[in-house]
Amino acid sequence: MKEAVVHVHRGGPLLALVGNPNCGKTALFNRLTGSRQKVGNYAGVTVERKEGQFSSPDGRLLRLLDLPGAYSLQPRSPDESVTVDVLRGNARGEKRPDLVICVVDATQLRRNLRLVLAVKRMGLPCVVALNMADLAERRGIVVDAEALGRELGLTVVRTVAVQADGADALRGLLDQPEVWHRQPLPDDVRDLAPEVDPRGDHAAVQGILERLGLAEVAPHLASDRIDRAVLHPLAGPLLLALILFLVFQAVFAWAETPKGWIEAGTAWAGASVSAALPAGGLRSLLVDGLIAGLGGVLVFLPQIVILFFFILLLEESGYLPRAAFLLDRIMGSVGLSGRSFIPLLSSFACAIPGIMAARTIANPRDRLVTILIAPLMTCSARLPVYALLIGAFVPQREVWGGIELQGLVLFGLYLAGIVGAMAVAWVLKLLTSRRQVRTLMMELPSYHWPQPRNIAIGLWQRVKIFLRRVGGIILLLTVALWALASFPAPPVGATGPAVEYSLAGTLGRALAVVFEPIGFNWQISIALVPGLAAREVAVSALATVYSLSATGEDAAGVLAPLLAQGWSLATALSLLAWYVAAPMCLSTLAAIRRETGSWKMAGVAAAYLTLLAYGLAFVTYRLALALGAG
Amino acid sequence: MNHPATPPSTQPAALCDLHEIALKEPATVVGVRAPSHAPEWSGWLAEIGFLPGERVQLLGRAVPGGDPLVVRVGDSTFALRVAEAACVQVRRVASAVAASGSVR
Repeated sequence: MKEAVVHVHRGGPLLALVGNPNCGKTALFNRLTGSRQKVGNYAGVTVERKEGQFSSPDGRLLRLLDLPGAYSLQPRSPDESVTVDVLRGNARGEKRPDLVICVVDATQLRRNLRLVLAVKRMGLPCVVALNMADLAERRGIVVDAEALGRELGLTVVRTVAVQADGADALRGLLDQPEVWHRQPLPDDVRDLAPEVDPRGDHAAVQGILERLGLAEVAPHLASDRIDRAVLHPLAGPLLLALILFLVFQAVFAWAETPKGWIEAGTAWAGASVSAALPAGGLRSLLVDGLIAGLGGVLVFLPQIVILFFFILLLEESGYLPRAAFLLDRIMGSVGLSGRSFIPLLSSFACAIPGIMAARTIANPRDRLVTILIAPLMTCSARLPVYALLIGAFVPQREVWGGIELQGLVLFGLYLAGIVGAMAVAWVLKLLTSRRQVRTLMMELPSYHWPQPRNIAIGLWQRVKIFLRRVGGIILLLTVALWALASFPAPPVGATGPAVEYSLAGTLGRALAVVFEPIGFNWQISIALVPGLAAREVAVSALATVYSLSATGEDAAGVLAPLLAQGWSLATALSLLAWYVAAPMCLSTLAAIRRETGSWKMAGVAAAYLTLLAYGLAFVTYRLALALGAG
Repeated sequence: MNHPATPPSTQPAALCDLHEIALKEPATVVGVRAPSHAPEWSGWLAEIGFLPGERVQLLGRAVPGGDPLVVRVGDSTFALRVAEAACVQVRRVASAVAASGSVR
């Protein structure tokens, strides 16, 4: 499933935003283009491509490309390579920009201006957006934009990415014809040849800053004060644990109401279609296939939105790199770096956005390992299965101090996923990372107040990606599995549920042979087949097999006592253990295929997760039997 | 690590590696040299600001183990592993200057 690659070159002149990471480039992009943005991928690479449109005050329509942040034009990650290729005019399917807007963080001039000089040497018309000038002034750094412009030989405009008038000044500039022409390089910069050696640019920048009276380094008082608490040896990790705890509380508590709405909506749609259509194949396809299948996936949208809201909040404020710093040591012990923390955190909502977030990891081995272990994080789709089985088999009683046994088991399952992922990473470290050198070199940007506008735009983009997937691969698989479970139709006079006679039923019976050693009966084996589309579908599939006509949550209510009678505790525990690792989600495998560019990795992931799940379930089942839970 | 540890002494040498200076002790970058197993590091460190003459300071060490480090270089703050910081040679700024607050 590839995301659309945009190849259009029409629609007016193309501008590109270039800047260091964390310079407020994306905030400026959001400010200029508002919601008129398209998010896709650059051709041939999994680097996010963001393009937007806006109009100059004279009404000219302009296209704006938000290039990935880069520290220099010597690329060290796929993202930075894209920036260099686009500026050189070498990127596949991309037009060379007509004008480059260099975004400069006024509080970080020495590092940011080096990039400006390097970009200027590319020979493209260039203007400088002096961003975060307000923050700089609060720190006592007053930058004379005109004087800086004279020094650089470029037009410099003050922008405050979070205020409308900052973007307006930049817009107004774009109607002046002279900015669209290349400006000559100042003598002292032209003579140096720092393409490969940043020291020349460093000296030039130092000279500029001295002449502007900005050579002194200003202290970051507020940021440093926050860091004293956030990075404190004791308080820091405690704060991180507290934040994570609150985020998970919110993901599960706040999502209940909107989930109820979606379930009610799905039920209503199913009932309406059932009433409007005669019984038959079409009705079954729409109600049992499409509406139930897509509804079962859509129901996770609220949790994904809430989790991403918090991730964006932490990202915007500058906290996430600090969390990665605090966890670097632990992650390092299993051969990963702190950078893997963010993708793994996202995977608790759903592995797909987590796998996509692994793009930010520069080291290819670390990125691959992170992608491979992301499915072990307990995604929200496992929750209905866990809830059903825990409700049916774990007695409701307090252990001590108000802690519920059921909650404890659920926590244990989450923990099992994390420990499993760490163990896999550790094994992969032993196998593959001898002589591997991991790089951290991660910027800890100054703290900022998160901007509601940026969070809203970021959230909307994540939601769109998720919905596009629901409309694409998940739709396709839902229909395919409906067909598997519906054909061939049961013979006349059949007494069991229809699914028993279908292809899925046949497959389930065949699978039952394989699953017998881990305590699964044929009903479970059949339910695992449609459960491939999405893990939670197993619940409704079990309901179907036990010939109940309810779906989803209702099914769990009616099903639980039936299961409690029908299965042994050992079987239930075995199924729970299976779900900790099982690769029961084709969309995740499709995401792995897309992000790694090879079916091989998707196959490796499926194979190792299946083996791990089988092993875990086997050990659990045999142990439970030995302890008399059979 | 391929850098020999400096023997403890009461008189700290003016020149040392970045990970060896004390917390908050002001220093300036002398140069960057990469270990043979990661030759690309010298370029990367230079690009993020570890350039000769730039001011550096250790702001913190992670617990446990003192790795990674929080490093202020110029106007920016970076998290570096000890192995990465060991590639940066620094000159300690004389303590008299430090007392008068060279970092303003």
